[in-house]
Amino acid sequence: MSKPIESVNDFVVKFANVNGSGSASANELFARSILRMGVPVASRNIFPSNIQGLPTWYEVRISEAGHMGRRGGVDLMVAMNPQTWAADVAEIEVGGYLFYDSTKPMPPSKFREDINVVGVPLTDICNRAFTDPRQRQLFKNIIYVGALAALLNMDVAQIEKLIGEQFQGKDRLIAPNVKALHMGIDYVKENLAPLTLRVRSSDKVGDRIFIDGNSAAALGAVYGGATVCAWYPITPSTSVAEAFMKYCKKFRTDKETGKAKYGIVQGEDELASIGIVLGAAWNGARSFTCTSGPGVSLMTEFVGLAYYAEIPAVIMDVQRGGPSTGMPTRTQQADLIGAAYASHGDTKHPLLFPEDPTESFEMASLSFDLADRLQTPIFLMLDLDIGMNDWLCKPFEWDDSRQLDRGKVLNAEELEAGKVLQRYTDLEGDGIGYRTYPGTHPTKGSYFTRGSSHDRLAKYSENGTVYVENVQRLLRKFETAKKLIPAPIRHDAKQKTKYGILYYGSTAPSMYEALELFETEGFHLNAMRVRGFPFADEVAAFVLEHDQVFLVEQNRDAQLRTLLVTETNLDPARIVPVLHYDGTPITARFIIDKITALLKARNVAPLREVAR
Amino acid sequence: MTYIPKPKLHHPQLPTNKLGFTHRDYEGSISTLCAGCGHDSISAAVIQACFELDIQPHRIAKMSGIGCSSKTPDYFLGNSHGFNSVHGRMPSVLTGANVANKDLIYLGVSGDGDSASIGFGQFAHSIRRGVNMLYIVENNGVYGLTKGQFSATSDKGSKSKYGAINGDSAIDMVSIAMQLGATYVARSFSGDKSQLVPLIKAGMSHHGAAFIDCISPCVAFNNHVGSTKSLDYVREHNETVNKLDMMVDHEAIVADYAPGTVEMVTQHDGSVLRLRKTSPHYDPSDRIQAMNYLQERAAAGEIVTGLLYVDPEGTDLHDYLNTVDKPLNELQTEDLVPGSEALKKLNESLR
Repeated sequence: MSKPIESVNDFVVKFANVNGSGSASANELFARSILRMGVPVASRNIFPSNIQGLPTWYEVRISEAGHMGRRGGVDLMVAMNPQTWAADVAEIEVGGYLFYDSTKPMPPSKFREDINVVGVPLTDICNRAFTDPRQRQLFKNIIYVGALAALLNMDVAQIEKLIGEQFQGKDRLIAPNVKALHMGIDYVKENLAPLTLRVRSSDKVGDRIFIDGNSAAALGAVYGGATVCAWYPITPSTSVAEAFMKYCKKFRTDKETGKAKYGIVQGEDELASIGIVLGAAWNGARSFTCTSGPGVSLMTEFVGLAYYAEIPAVIMDVQRGGPSTGMPTRTQQADLIGAAYASHGDTKHPLLFPEDPTESFEMASLSFDLADRLQTPIFLMLDLDIGMNDWLCKPFEWDDSRQLDRGKVLNAEELEAGKVLQRYTDLEGDGIGYRTYPGTHPTKGSYFTRGSSHDRLAKYSENGTVYVENVQRLLRKFETAKKLIPAPIRHDAKQKTKYGILYYGSTAPSMYEALELFETEGFHLNAMRVRGFPFADEVAAFVLEHDQVFLVEQNRDAQLRTLLVTETNLDPARIVPVLHYDGTPITARFIIDKITALLKARNVAPLREVAR
Repeated sequence: MTYIPKPKLHHPQLPTNKLGFTHRDYEGSISTLCAGCGHDSISAAVIQACFELDIQPHRIAKMSGIGCSSKTPDYFLGNSHGFNSVHGRMPSVLTGANVANKDLIYLGVSGDGDSASIGFGQFAHSIRRGVNMLYIVENNGVYGLTKGQFSATSDKGSKSKYGAINGDSAIDMVSIAMQLGATYVARSFSGDKSQLVPLIKAGMSHHGAAFIDCISPCVAFNNHVGSTKSLDYVREHNETVNKLDMMVDHEAIVADYAPGTVEMVTQHDGSVLRLRKTSPHYDPSDRIQAMNYLQERAAAGEIVTGLLYVDPEGTDLHDYLNTVDKPLNELQTEDLVPGSEALKKLNESLR
């Protein structure tokens, strides 16, 4: 046996389970208990497109340093699924631990020489205490949490407290869960020694919250004043709509009447969903849909209508692995081009790239202001990694003085006072015309909305000059968008450098970790996180400022690079793509390995092998 | 079509309705459809209906898809907002508009290509949801704008202008609407304005999903011998089950009718429908019987018209969504944004 890995507050635990077995809540309990001890964790679900019986994994990275990206590698494997046993055992780092249910004896060939094996007879312990089959299944999970708590020296009081909170209102479930927890703890205390992996209480979590990006985006829609949501179920976006329902029920139910200050419609498909969104937005309600790549593909005709007829809409695209059905339960950033230029004819749309749930909340609320201000569809580009995993991130904040920005809308008083609606006329040089909501005034301000070409007053026209004037105005509007979307965020290296690196979205946590490691190794990079499309001028300036810029993306075709080169006329040779697209979240290790290899290949003074 | 603009001045004695509007106030742009098109008659019927109902024109939203029929909202109610959306998708756009503002009257105008082919799903689902609207299909059994292809409502065996015989079964829109839960279902004929106007009025006053299938012969591509949607064919095979009078303010009934020949139906909004029966045994409140009757007469080659089914206590999508009385599009920041204190509490629950 190899020397066991020794680590306090810096290791990876992976749970291998069968989906539908109730393991998710036990695993989350494990992760939250560590958070309650003040130690940051990054958790990720790796699950199949299936309801019951297939393998599922839950990865918990414990990192006192606060590295929230996926690390790669496993120090402690909790192998609860015989189906994936061999692969799970193979994934353990040399000197790592294998935790398994030792009720049935296993032949030595099933193990590895260079790892440490910890067996707990979970089934046996559980079956002695519980008789109901479903209870047996559920409590076995809690027993392993107890065993792990003892093995890793976790704070049991925190776990008990969490169990109490979890079953608040269903108090009769608290005692058996606590009992099961202690069955695991007791077995370890009597039979096993603690591991060389330990969790030690710390104060590194601070006021951060633990939430998934889909819930955060849904909450952002509530705070952004969305009243209409139309959606069609599709992984990984479904939980946005479900969370919106939940938050609306909580925050938007009229206290006196019990009536809803919102309308949620489950469409028959994505075409209907976006149609409902456009109808509602045209009629003056803030509305949105949430979907994933295949849904965006279906919506594109309507997106073109919204672009051309200038109807505000928010589309949350929780990206998954494409193309086609692709990998529905895996993550990618591969819808950028599809969303940016969605629909036939010359069209382009603003995109926002949140880095985590906190920013998903902020950008979701902002996207409704942008949609109304710009009178155009806004894409909020989440991905499965942000959307469906719980992230430890900054708490949500709200400025109570903030008012919803409804953009350029003429009301009845203004029309009565003599303002004339010139729907598609650029009166203020920003490319944006005024609109009215239907039903505003008996004789003034009505207009006909159409996807066919129209003049400055919304009248049908196929005149070439009129057409060109109109679509040129749309380009001016896109310029306005540039100034309104969130600016990029720059992190400069401590020393002057000719290297720059661009990244966006869920790559952020792994990038922060990679940058730290690069710096310790003496390789300096200026970094810029792109937060939206169209690109702010700073993005092109950043590229021009460096001899070489790496652009890190989670897709095969370097889609942001294509957008950047197309929209800013930059020399593509200046921008070197670093691409990760196997469906797993990108890791700091991957970024470092790729960039190191690229530099070596270019005969740049070789970097020392970066420590892991 | 005509290129002569209508004069803005009108006769000072032109009759006005209770709101002081004349007919002209309900008109729209000049139609660009073919001379004699049935759709123009339907537009005229919409204008007449709105005038008679004393509706403020701006309280109506006109929604349509793509096709000849979908162009028509430009030709009536020029003071109403209109939305000419994408092919077959009017129902979803109308649904969204309706969710946003429950106070407007929603008039969806569509054609048989728009609603029975590309938009069949959206048609069906908007009916299923009970969207409060009047949905009119201007049904000519043919694709007009692309010059004469069969549509999904063309009868099997019907002949195209160029001699082809339709081999596909026809979709009967009223049967589908009834099956999917529309609470007001009628069929009419663009050539019978006296039948159509009251049907539109009653449909607009109905609470819930109201649907009118209006056979509207295409003079350019589907008005020949061998077509089952030609003016002559429809006139010859039209079997009217009832004559509807629509009364808004409980007007006194002046005429005397033989017992059993008149039925009065009071709708949700208080409007009264007076139905003079032309088919003595037809009961428009019995959905199952209505559906059977339609099938039976269709098998005999007849086109049943009139008010086919009405449930005066229909419910709509807003009833189901239980939305507040104020339209959603009027809610302001203070109604919608929970504020920082609520967020602080929420943060606390996420630690």
